[in-house]
Amino acid sequence: MFVNFFFELRQAKVPVSLREYLTLLEAMKAGLSNWRVEDFYYLSRSTLVKDERNLDKFDRVFGHCFNGLESLSGEEVTEIPEEWLRKLAEKVLTPEEMAAIQSLGGWEKLMETLKERLREQKGRHQGGSKWIGTAGTSPFGAYGYNPEGVRIGQDESRHRRAVKVWDKREYRNLDDSVELGTRNIKIALRRLRQFAREGADLELDLPDTIRATASNAGYLDIKMVPERHNTVKVLVLFDIGGSMDDHIRVCEELFSAARTEFKHLEFFYFHNCPYERLWKDNHRRHTEHVPTWETIHTYSSEYKLILVGDATMSPYEIVYPGGSVEHWNEEPGQLWLQRLLDTYPKAAWLNPVAEKYWDYTPSVQLIRQLMGERMFPLTLGGLESAMRELVR
Amino acid sequence: MKFEGTDSYVATEDLMVAVNAGITLERPLLVKGEPGTGKTVLAYEIAKALGRPLIEWHIKSTTKAMHGLYEYDAVSRLRDSQLGDERVRDIRHYILRGKLWEAFVADERPVLLIDEIDKADIEFPNDLLLELDRMEFYIYETRETVKARHRPIVIITSNNEKELPDAFLRRCFFHYIRFPDSETMQRIVAVHFPDIQRELVHEALTLFYEIRDTPGLKKKPSTSELIDWLKLLMAEDLSPEVLRQRDPNKLIPPLHGALLKTEQDVHLFERLAFLARRERSH
Repeated sequence: MFVNFFFELRQAKVPVSLREYLTLLEAMKAGLSNWRVEDFYYLSRSTLVKDERNLDKFDRVFGHCFNGLESLSGEEVTEIPEEWLRKLAEKVLTPEEMAAIQSLGGWEKLMETLKERLREQKGRHQGGSKWIGTAGTSPFGAYGYNPEGVRIGQDESRHRRAVKVWDKREYRNLDDSVELGTRNIKIALRRLRQFAREGADLELDLPDTIRATASNAGYLDIKMVPERHNTVKVLVLFDIGGSMDDHIRVCEELFSAARTEFKHLEFFYFHNCPYERLWKDNHRRHTEHVPTWETIHTYSSEYKLILVGDATMSPYEIVYPGGSVEHWNEEPGQLWLQRLLDTYPKAAWLNPVAEKYWDYTPSVQLIRQLMGERMFPLTLGGLESAMRELVR
Repeated sequence: MKFEGTDSYVATEDLMVAVNAGITLERPLLVKGEPGTGKTVLAYEIAKALGRPLIEWHIKSTTKAMHGLYEYDAVSRLRDSQLGDERVRDIRHYILRGKLWEAFVADERPVLLIDEIDKADIEFPNDLLLELDRMEFYIYETRETVKARHRPIVIITSNNEKELPDAFLRRCFFHYIRFPDSETMQRIVAVHFPDIQRELVHEALTLFYEIRDTPGLKKKPSTSELIDWLKLLMAEDLSPEVLRQRDPNKLIPPLHGALLKTEQDVHLFERLAFLARRERSH
C-alpha cells in the first residue's frame, strides 16, 4: 500500500526494515490511524523512525510522498556555492569585469578554457585579463580577484578561496613526539576506551568462582577470565597543508595524545577533503598513496572514524568532480566522504577552527551537513562531545 | 483500552497515538527525550489512566538482562544444604523472580516500565529481544517455561547515552518527547498548579524561555525544573512584578537555584548581568 513511501524512506537513508513496514500495515489494519492524515503521520513516524536524528529526513520524505511538496534534493546543496560565489563577485568586481567573467560561462566552461589556455600559453605572464599569470582579472593565476579563479604557482593562498591549486606543495609530517598540553587531550580521549576481555584466561573471576562453587554443591570450582584490554579501534584522517597550516600545533597535540591512548590506531592524511586516495607519509605523498577503497576494505566497520580538518575550502572541492586542488578527481569529494560514513557509522569531524566562525564558511556548513551535524570544535569540550558521540 | 492523558499529565496528540499503537499491537514503546520531559512519569500515568498495576524496573550500569527474569540463589542453597534444611531438595525454592516474571504472571495486564535502558551494558537490550517479543522465557534450573498470562504494556525510557541495537529498535514503537512549546507548557503548568495566578505563569514562562534561549548554557532547565521553580515561587509568594522587572542588578532570576544546576551556568548569568549593567551605564 505504501511501498513507494517505504522505498523513498530507504533511499533517504532512514533505516527502515520490512518488519517495521509490516508493523505499520498491522497498525493500519487495527484502525489505529483513525483515517486521519495527522494520526497516520504520527503512527508511521512512531513505527518507522527509531532515532530522533532521522525525524527530519522522515518529515521531508513524508511531505514529498503525501503532499507532493518539494523533494529531498542534493541539487540545492550544489546550488549554494554558485550563489555565494556570485555574491562575492558582485562585492569585489566592477560591473564590467563581472560581465566579462559571466561571458566565460560556468565552472565546466572554466575548466575547458583553462585547458585551452594552457595549450596556447608558453611563457610567464603578469597582469592583463586573458593569460594565466598574477594580479589580473583572468580566472587563471594567482593573486587575482576572479572569484572562480584557478590558482597556479603561489606559495600561500591569499584569500583561501582558490578553486584549484596546481602547485606541488611541501607538507610537514605531523610530529607525534610533542607532549605539550596533551594530558588534557588524553583524558578526553580516554572516554573512547572500551574494555573487553579478550585472549587467554589469566585472572581469577571471584564472583563466578563463588557462584560455580555453590552450584557445584560446595566443591571448589575455580573460574578464570581473560584480562581486560582496551579494544577500541580508531581510524584517524588528518587534513594537512593549505589552510591547515595555522592549526598544525593543536593537531600535533591531538595526534601525539591519540597515539598512546589507543591500541588500534590507524591514521592517514588527506588534503582538504578525502578523495580516492590517502597517504601515510607526507613527504612521499605524491608517490606513495593508498587507494581509499583499500582503506575502506581493510578496516572493518567497527573502527571509529575521526576526521580532523578545518573544512575550509572552496565548495567546488566538495561537490564537483575535478574539484580537488591537487589532482584530477573523477568523483566528487562528497561522494567519498559519504562512502567513508556509510562504512564507518561511528564518525566525527574535529575542526580546529573556533565554532563561532563556522557559519561564515560555506564549505564548513556543507561538510557539517554531510557529517550529519557531527562536527565538533577541537577544544576539550568539543573533544568530549565528539567522544561521547563515538561511544554511543 | 485507550490512553488520552490524565488530569495530571498533558499528553500531546502524537504521544497518544504512539502509546495507543503500543497498547493495541502489544509491542514495547521506546520513549526518548531531554531529561525532565516526563518520560518516566508517562508509565505511571498510563497505569493510572488505565487502572492497571505498574511494575517498575530501574536499570543501572550493573543490571543484567537475567536479573529481570530470575536469579538462582546458589549461595543460600549451599548454606541450607550444610545446615541440613529439607528445602534444599527442591531447587525451586532458590529461584527468585525478576520484574519481568512478575509482570508475566500478574492477574491483569500490567504496565511494565523499563527505566533508563541505556544505563545498562550495550548488550542488555539484545539479551531481552526474545523475551519481549514472545513474552516468555525458559528457566534452565527447573526446565520450565514462563509464559505471559497477559502481554504487559511495556514502556522503555532512554536518555540516549548509548545507541540501542537495530534488532531491538525494530521491535518497538518509538516516540521522541520534544521540549513542549509555550502553549503546551501553559497547559502543563495549569495541570500542576490550577490556582496559580495567570500573570505569574505568564511572567515565569517568559523568563523561563529566555533562560533556555541563553546561548552557552551547559544544562538547559526542563519541564520538571520549571515546575519545581514555580512551586518555590508560590511558596515564597512572589508577585508577578518581581519577575517582570528587568533590573540589571537583578538579572539573575529569583530563586535561580531551581533552574540553573551548574555553577558555570550561574557564572554565565552573572557575567551577562554584569555586561548588561555596564551597557546601561554607558
